[in-house]
Amino acid sequence: MRNKASAVLLGAALALAASGAAYAQDKTVKIGVLTDNSGLYADLGGPGSTVAAQMAIEDSGMAAKGWKLDLISADHQNKPDIGTSIARQWIDVEKVDVLMDVLNSGVALAVNNVVKEKNNLMINSGAATSDLTNAQCSPNTVHWTYDTYMLAHSTGQALVKAGGDTWYFLTADYAFGAALERDTTAVVLANGGKVVGTVKHPLNTADFSSFLLQAQASKAKIIGMANAGGDTTNTIKQAAEFGIVSGGQKLAGLLLFISDVHSLGLPVAQGLNLSATFYWDANDQTREFSKRFSERMKTKSKPTMVQAGVYAGLLHYFKALEALGGNPHDGAKVADKMKEIPTDDTLFGKGMIQPNGRAIHPAYLFEVKKPSESKYPWDYYKLIGTTPAEQAFRPLAESTCPLLKK
Amino acid sequence: MSDDTIPTARRPVRDEMIAFVIMTALLLVVPLTGVYPFFVMQGLCFALLACAFNLLIGYGGLLSFGHAMFLGTAGYVTAHALKVWGLSPELGILAGVAGAAALSVLTGLIAIRRQGIYFAMITLALSQLLYFVYLQTPFTHGEDGIQGIPQGLLFGFINLAKPITLYYVILTGFLFGFLVIYRAINSPFGEVLKAIRENEPRAVSLGYKTDQYKLLAYILSGTLAGFAGALKVFVAQNASLTDVHWSMSGEIVLMTLVGGLGTVFGPVVGAFVIIAMQQYLAGFGQWVTVIQGGIFVICVLTFRRGVIGEIAHYFKRSL
Amino acid sequence: MSINLQALMAQLLVGLINGSFYALLSLGLAVIFGMLNIINFAHGAVYMMGAFCAYFLLNVMGIGYWPALIIAPIVVGIFGMILERTMLQWLAGLDHLYGLLLTFGMALIIQGVFQNYFGSSGLPYAIPAELQGGMNLGFMFLPIYRGWVVICSLIVCLATWFLIERTRLGANLRAATENPTLVRAFGINVPRMITLTYGLGVGLAALAGVLSAPINQVRPLMGADLIIVVFAVVVIGGMGSIMGSIITGFALGIVEGLTKYFYPEASNTVVFVLMVLVLLVKPSGLTGRTT
Repeated sequence: MRNKASAVLLGAALALAASGAAYAQDKTVKIGVLTDNSGLYADLGGPGSTVAAQMAIEDSGMAAKGWKLDLISADHQNKPDIGTSIARQWIDVEKVDVLMDVLNSGVALAVNNVVKEKNNLMINSGAATSDLTNAQCSPNTVHWTYDTYMLAHSTGQALVKAGGDTWYFLTADYAFGAALERDTTAVVLANGGKVVGTVKHPLNTADFSSFLLQAQASKAKIIGMANAGGDTTNTIKQAAEFGIVSGGQKLAGLLLFISDVHSLGLPVAQGLNLSATFYWDANDQTREFSKRFSERMKTKSKPTMVQAGVYAGLLHYFKALEALGGNPHDGAKVADKMKEIPTDDTLFGKGMIQPNGRAIHPAYLFEVKKPSESKYPWDYYKLIGTTPAEQAFRPLAESTCPLLKK
Repeated sequence: MSDDTIPTARRPVRDEMIAFVIMTALLLVVPLTGVYPFFVMQGLCFALLACAFNLLIGYGGLLSFGHAMFLGTAGYVTAHALKVWGLSPELGILAGVAGAAALSVLTGLIAIRRQGIYFAMITLALSQLLYFVYLQTPFTHGEDGIQGIPQGLLFGFINLAKPITLYYVILTGFLFGFLVIYRAINSPFGEVLKAIRENEPRAVSLGYKTDQYKLLAYILSGTLAGFAGALKVFVAQNASLTDVHWSMSGEIVLMTLVGGLGTVFGPVVGAFVIIAMQQYLAGFGQWVTVIQGGIFVICVLTFRRGVIGEIAHYFKRSL
Repeated sequence: MSINLQALMAQLLVGLINGSFYALLSLGLAVIFGMLNIINFAHGAVYMMGAFCAYFLLNVMGIGYWPALIIAPIVVGIFGMILERTMLQWLAGLDHLYGLLLTFGMALIIQGVFQNYFGSSGLPYAIPAELQGGMNLGFMFLPIYRGWVVICSLIVCLATWFLIERTRLGANLRAATENPTLVRAFGINVPRMITLTYGLGVGLAALAGVLSAPINQVRPLMGADLIIVVFAVVVIGGMGSIMGSIITGFALGIVEGLTKYFYPEASNTVVFVLMVLVLLVKPSGLTGRTT
């Protein structure tokens, strides 16, 4: 295995030629989970994404059908450089067939290019940027779970309709913050609402009181938090301190996960509105999955929608492989097959993958329960609205994806 | 010629030549050994960067805590030149290096007026300001970075999209930069720098305009760091904010220290050690940062001269 | 943008509150630098440990906020002293760089271990019942807890300053850093003094951590980005100058507060603009002695 010096390099050309003919018998698949294991987003994806992928492999029953599935995982440390070089090495040396999760938009966009160049496959679950299936779409990328467009639409639309017609934005001064704010603003305006102000704060701000005072003074009914991770949790915690919610204003988390709510605790998080495409306590099937999932986690946490997306995306990938009868080691070909088969899984329900790679499924608007309403651990959300799959994500007509212009 | 009596008077150039030949030979055969070439290319870019940094601290005694700004600036300029202006690779590199050179002149004029920890702090502050600028200007695309940069044809006929070709081009670039630094260290200019590091007032009293020498060293170091940044664009095919962040500046310091401060080959070894750590520890899941931290602690407590520094010390050689 | 005087007042006050954290943290850093000549890059990590310590005292042992304010700094301070005894003391007399690197490595280890056991998103810590709520000052709503932070920080800062600049113990300490051999000749145990000093600096950071636990999410990385700002404060104030870093800490809070109002995007960067300006005009910092 070692001294494959020239073989590695010549192999690329040969593999392409060989794969066309011999794949029908090839039933080996290597799956790589590329995520943030040690940083800011480790609770959203991280080790949990690897657990989810492992569960998908076991639940698929592929091994019994003669498939040989391998799983590896690595930490991209939130650096595009490290992400791309791991991706390259995985594809070239480890012969990985599909990259899972790849949270962090910057890393995802960088890996997106590598995967396209090498005709591999990325099933992204954790990245927020809607560019992955829009301007920078690729025949080799499928984007599961969520994106900024969906978050903005689901949250923005529902809140304006419920009477929250004046908005003030607290936006992280980063591309994802700007995208969230832009998309949400469009929705708010389209539904007859008004944006009365916005303040951009630097990433990783510890203290939000200045910004919260400005938001308070604006008298907007809704304070939209177009930020993520520690910034969002600090905003929420300090908003409670400054009496924002008790003063009658509502907080809307545009990019908030159940792991954030869990870490805040209900006394602080109650009354928050947020959107998600998966909630562990939605039905018997999600509860069954989540129970098994949390038993495997060191922290005993319930799955986030990102981790659920890794599971569902991988299962759908296996379906495509089975339909192909073998592994063609050709990312675009598998992606096409995935788009052909309608998606239907226990976690996200029925949906499909659009030609631009966007997996669409219903989206839900939740409100965080009061402490008195929560009956058992992790009983956090109550459902207040559902958006059907076709309306939750960007319509193809609006997409600038070059793949659509054939 | 008895050695040991006046250690700084005459450098044992022969040892360094042998080491250089060994290093070059090793690097030349890398693609034939099955070691993954992209990893080595990345290592080479960082090795050049660390060497450039080492020129400033190891020989000029100036600790810059903002060297990432040159790496990032050249990276952004080159990336933009290639992708948006559609320039050829050689012009793209030139643009990037020119950008870094201009930046080093500007920041050098400010920073060079201070010494020691204050010099470090001023360079840190300047690089933080630059980070802010890059975050705000639209052409860098914020944290998404500039992606999918075309590699193109160098001089119109060398296809950089082929990994093996790219490898040798990067290697050539690295060796060129390395030799420039080596030449600078062993020139009269380098001797004056060392004299300033040892005792600045004495150098002043000997009639040297020490500020000019320091500025020149700073500009040379910044420009070469920029060269490394421009080369890295072809390897990574992206330019992002991580390259201008202060933690990158910290990493450069670490690389040089791990390899051996003020040694000719130390930064090269250090860069490869750190890059290998990031790459191969990635599979250790959540323990990456802990292992990394542990290695630094051990390094500082047990072999402070760095890998090459300790070897050189053991054999009483200069490397 | 029309300047609203009331809003401006509010921003100044909020800035002062943040300044109290900067002051406490930079004070600890300055004490350590002044006495040990070490740039303590683990300062952010011990700040985080202080907050976590408060969390555990509450949730595991049922010890509330007020005792935690004393216990957590002592626990973390002892931890710091162990670090000093086992590792840092071997670096005496070496370049700043090695101390910086060693403490940086320690910070990575500490943060990594916490991250592994408690995840990245952190743990909740509530404001103590006595300090909940707020009062309406007319121009803004001031949470009582924030007012307490300012007062507590001011008292601790001044007490530390007094201890080091005005007492016999402090005089010995300062003398020990100037000329350890001579001080040793007077029969003073210099290494023990240095260890205690490091413990004091670390304890101050832990105290800041406890104070911030009810305001900020208790996260493993909560101190990771803070260190560089706090370090800038120490440089601006004059390396090793106690009063300098206290004053600069509060001042930076106010300047940041104003920046958050006029040009919010730059509020994390403004400290570096200040640093460049100060170092160009007055190289040794605002109150520093020339070196």
